[in-house]
Amino acid sequence: MNEITPTPAERAEKLKGLGSSRKRVEDVRFTQGKGNYVDDIKLPGMLFGDFVRSPYAHARVVSIDAEAAKQVPGVVAVLTAADLAPLGLHWMPTLAGDKQMVLADGKVLFQGQEVAFVVATDRYAAADAVELVEVDYEELPVVTDPFKALEPDAPVLREDIADQKEGAHGARRHHNHIFTWEQGDREATEKVLAEADVVAEEMIYYHRTHPCPLETCGCVASMDKVNGKLTVWGTFQAPHAVRTVASLISGIAEHNIRIISPDIGGGFGNKVGVYPGYICSIVASIVTGKPVKWVEDRMENLMATAFARDYWMQGKIAATKDGRITGLWCHVTADHGGFDACADPTKFPAGFFNICTGSYDIPVAWLAVDGVYTNKAPGGVAYRCSFRVTEAAYLIERMIEVLAIKLGIDAAELRRKNFIRKDQFPYRSALGWEYDSGDYHTAWDKALAAVGYEDLRAEQADRVESFRRGETRKLMGVGLTFFTEIVGAGPVKNCDILGLGMFDSCEIRIHPTGSAIARLGTISQGQGHATTFAQILASEIGIPADNITIEEGDTDTAPYGLGTYGSRSTPVAGAATAMAGRKIRAKAQMIAAYLLEVHDDDVEWDVDRFVVKGAPERFKAMAEIAFAAYNQAIPGIEPGLEAVSYYDPPNMTYPFGAYVCVVDVDVDTGQVDIRRFYALDDCGTRINPMIIEGQVHGGLTEALAIAMGQEIAYDELGNVKTGTLMDFFVPTAWETPHYETDWTTTPSPHHPIGAKGVGESPNVGGVPCFSNAVNDAFRAFGHVHAHMPHDHWRVWKIAHDLGLHG
Amino acid sequence: MIPGAFEYHRPETLGEATGLLSQLGDSARVLAGGHSLIPMMKLRMAAPEHLIDLAAIADLRGIAVGDDIRIGAMVTQAELIAHDGLAAACPLLREAALQIADPQVRYVGTVGGNVANGDPGNDMPGLMQCLGARYSLAGPGGTREVAARDFYISAYETARADDEILTGILVPHPAPGTGYAYEKQKRKIGDYATAAAAVTIGRNGASVAMTNLADRPIWSEAAGKALAAGDAAGAVAAALAEIDPGDDNRGPAEFKRHVAGVMLRRAIDRARARMG
Amino acid sequence: MAKMHVKMTVNGTQVEALAEPRTLLIHFLREELGITGPHIGCETSHCGACTVDVDGRSVKSCTMFVGQANGASVTTVEGLVNPDGSLGVLQEMFREHHGLQCGFCTPGMITRAHRLLQENPNPSEEEVRFGMSGNLCRCTGYQNIVKAIMAAAAVLRGEKEAAE
Repeated sequence: MNEITPTPAERAEKLKGLGSSRKRVEDVRFTQGKGNYVDDIKLPGMLFGDFVRSPYAHARVVSIDAEAAKQVPGVVAVLTAADLAPLGLHWMPTLAGDKQMVLADGKVLFQGQEVAFVVATDRYAAADAVELVEVDYEELPVVTDPFKALEPDAPVLREDIADQKEGAHGARRHHNHIFTWEQGDREATEKVLAEADVVAEEMIYYHRTHPCPLETCGCVASMDKVNGKLTVWGTFQAPHAVRTVASLISGIAEHNIRIISPDIGGGFGNKVGVYPGYICSIVASIVTGKPVKWVEDRMENLMATAFARDYWMQGKIAATKDGRITGLWCHVTADHGGFDACADPTKFPAGFFNICTGSYDIPVAWLAVDGVYTNKAPGGVAYRCSFRVTEAAYLIERMIEVLAIKLGIDAAELRRKNFIRKDQFPYRSALGWEYDSGDYHTAWDKALAAVGYEDLRAEQADRVESFRRGETRKLMGVGLTFFTEIVGAGPVKNCDILGLGMFDSCEIRIHPTGSAIARLGTISQGQGHATTFAQILASEIGIPADNITIEEGDTDTAPYGLGTYGSRSTPVAGAATAMAGRKIRAKAQMIAAYLLEVHDDDVEWDVDRFVVKGAPERFKAMAEIAFAAYNQAIPGIEPGLEAVSYYDPPNMTYPFGAYVCVVDVDVDTGQVDIRRFYALDDCGTRINPMIIEGQVHGGLTEALAIAMGQEIAYDELGNVKTGTLMDFFVPTAWETPHYETDWTTTPSPHHPIGAKGVGESPNVGGVPCFSNAVNDAFRAFGHVHAHMPHDHWRVWKIAHDLGLHG
Repeated sequence: MIPGAFEYHRPETLGEATGLLSQLGDSARVLAGGHSLIPMMKLRMAAPEHLIDLAAIADLRGIAVGDDIRIGAMVTQAELIAHDGLAAACPLLREAALQIADPQVRYVGTVGGNVANGDPGNDMPGLMQCLGARYSLAGPGGTREVAARDFYISAYETARADDEILTGILVPHPAPGTGYAYEKQKRKIGDYATAAAAVTIGRNGASVAMTNLADRPIWSEAAGKALAAGDAAGAVAAALAEIDPGDDNRGPAEFKRHVAGVMLRRAIDRARARMG
Repeated sequence: MAKMHVKMTVNGTQVEALAEPRTLLIHFLREELGITGPHIGCETSHCGACTVDVDGRSVKSCTMFVGQANGASVTTVEGLVNPDGSLGVLQEMFREHHGLQCGFCTPGMITRAHRLLQENPNPSEEEVRFGMSGNLCRCTGYQNIVKAIMAAAAVLRGEKEAAE
């Protein structure tokens, strides 16, 4: 028998299930240019929309004259707020409980704000007409500094809510104040600070940046007036949520709206929000009766859709003399721009920033976040992170370094001393999270051993001596980071967006010949869902991954889900996939038992088949079972083999990692060479190691960009200074180092397959690691902290201020 | 980003091109590689009604290494880099061209366009000043030559008259054994220089030029003289006295001034090490 | 403005069309010819997503007017598949080595890598990184792109089998 039947291990390998570095099924299309991105969609009679945008950051719109624009051949319509107002669509709700102008309603609040929408037969005519729309502005005083925005006599930005004392997240104490979000025990924390041996304090600014996926945002809206159905193809990271929001704000019944996310050219959080372009395209399609395409250009993307970060974090960390952390205090001034359009779960106006105690057993903590309006673009999205966890990780990982300097203790040792121990999991943090699993000491020791940490420190000390002797002008920095992520939002009891619980879903249909299709509520933007979700299923139901089609992004066919961001696809939809697979297997077991003429309990699962217990030669493989499900009348069992699961995770998952970065800093030019970057990630069960490694490389490179130069900078008039890829730093292959990747595996105890998610970890851990390396290079000269981004001149300035230029 | 409408012309002779340019006047712009002009047009910061594409004019192509080195205006950076004879005769050109923009831009971007448009961020102007190059200009009244060192007036303002076309660049052979270097600090591939310095040192003297540190490239006669006399510190001081950098996203003027000194010092060191 | 008559060879096929002179090559390919492999990423010639091959040069087609490519031979990523429809070596190696994620930069990357390997069949890793520095990728961190191109070079030199 064994000669004919492959062994279980051989059969398992053929499935290409969990743990297989299966090649991606997506790539056959993508490598030959056969992807189908939103700008590739071309419908008969399709029109193009283009925005007139405000050149001013704060101004009253006195008048709009579109007559000349309407004379341009090909122009079909020019929409302004006055046209949208009768429909109630000149404002739209934001994901954060605020509202945002779709088109300027009396004033503009940031440079690049949408003022009018031109619709024409082609994009060239639309662009010509945009130039001819005459808008008369009356400039108003501009506030780009959130601290100045809170001064008593600061200009009133949001006149529409100037008198409202209550916002979506509680009391407002100033006309430019949005909310205060407080967590933890202030009194106890301040008592610890007052009595501590040592308190390290620092203002840490995480600058404003932007996810900048290579494909910008866009959509094609098509209102079919014959059947009353609206179809919108778009760059949506959460298609079902978009459908519900579109229905609620337009009044079109939800069953008459179909949202389709085609291939998406990267998202990184940029494509979570709802933007005026979507609303205007829908309205324009309704008005004209024709499909309308809108695709923003890169300058519009950087200026107007979805910034990230912009957190001013005042941190205080208390410790004993020998380095035991006793408390953490933090106050954040959060710059939200002109509208609060943060993409956070409703109850978390500062996202999961309260994960800021990091990987450390900190007994008491307090934090408060004040959200503030300024004359900058709205957004505040989770740029390759889970709702402000990047800011939190950056705060704690910088504060640990600051504390190590103050204590005179090695920063690696300080971390080790304060890690949550393996035996403390599940661990409840001072700010209320329950960490599911971790083994930080093992990961840390592995990382430090891999890089030869002691030798690096010795080399660094030698370098400082050579520098002092005038033999070199380069300093060496060793950046350390140990981060804990919080992903997989999330339990519905805690997490919703606009009232929609953050569960996710999977629906599976097994075909009679034993292949399958599974549909999910998520949507890939490059993560390879079509590959990895099939692997989860292959291991659960014994059908080769190659025979399973994964489909996402069409709300008419996919089950309801909250989409892909915050590394939630694997923790939530991946779990739904496993659970739905188990339902399939349960029914398959009954069918197999019937076919084998034994009791249900007398068969057991064996990789890809059910076997009679104790008689493995008697079995029914999954393909046979599938066929039977469709062609046999089995008493007590419905025909067919399908299942659906809506998964509400009992908890978040908490991936973690240990990173080490070694840099050489040219003191005279401010240039930083990344000599080495080692990244150990623990994302629980590893579904596809090849894809995990790719995610790590990519996330680290986005971290490199953010730490070393990428920012959305404004001048004092609110002009965006970094509006093109000349000035907005995206590194090329030349500036990007080679990465070493490594792992440990600590499964999540509550996830069906133990997976935790990985997409965002390298960004969360990478940014503080690069930043710590740069700061560390100057430690021997009394330097403590410098704000990112560490571009040449800012690094040069550290050296200059330390007197290193003689 | 969509450019405004224009009429496209593709003359096959230089005479035709200059004729069109005089006939169309201000409404026309000459198109070389287009990597400066087309982005400006897409941003609608330039809106010519006529574009005169020089690509079909055979006379503007080619590199000839003879008594002088002649580089046709429409020679691309990639062609310049690939030309071994040129690299042997004047290796500084290849070294600098490799630091311009990125591979794709170098396939299309031309040497003539780079020197002619007067963008202080461009690398070739300072380089040509350093090398003592002359530019050939053709206009309705015939042709003339202007020294690169006399060509640049201020940002986008040059000695080229509106009805003239820059047709080629004449570079004198560096004396045998001349040391050379182009040092450029930039934030990333594709960026303009934060500061850059071109240096040659040979038997007949030395030459120093700086890029993107004023509203035009800066060739410093005093720096060259000091360097020829063996005074590197004096050369750096002299060059720094002539630059006038502004603040931008690369950093404030103070920083650029410092980096300019570092780049120049490094270029001098490298050029000296290469002297034959 | 009057439209101009444009004639070029795209992926081996002769095409002719009338186009406004201001039509950018990327729009001509995508809108007029329906060749949607090359993408628009930045529009200021920094990202390289629109890279196509024009007469043996890697060109950012967002910064070239259609007239500039009149009479030229243009190759896009669609033209790099084997005659039998299977993936070309570079395409196959990008897949094999996970040199892509969202796929948006990939057509430009592969088209650029094609020209790079034509000019330098045996590049070092450093030469690949420098030669690919006109193409941005936001997903991969380039490491696997470099790996894929090095592997493709080895296959094209006959030192390695293309098959898995």
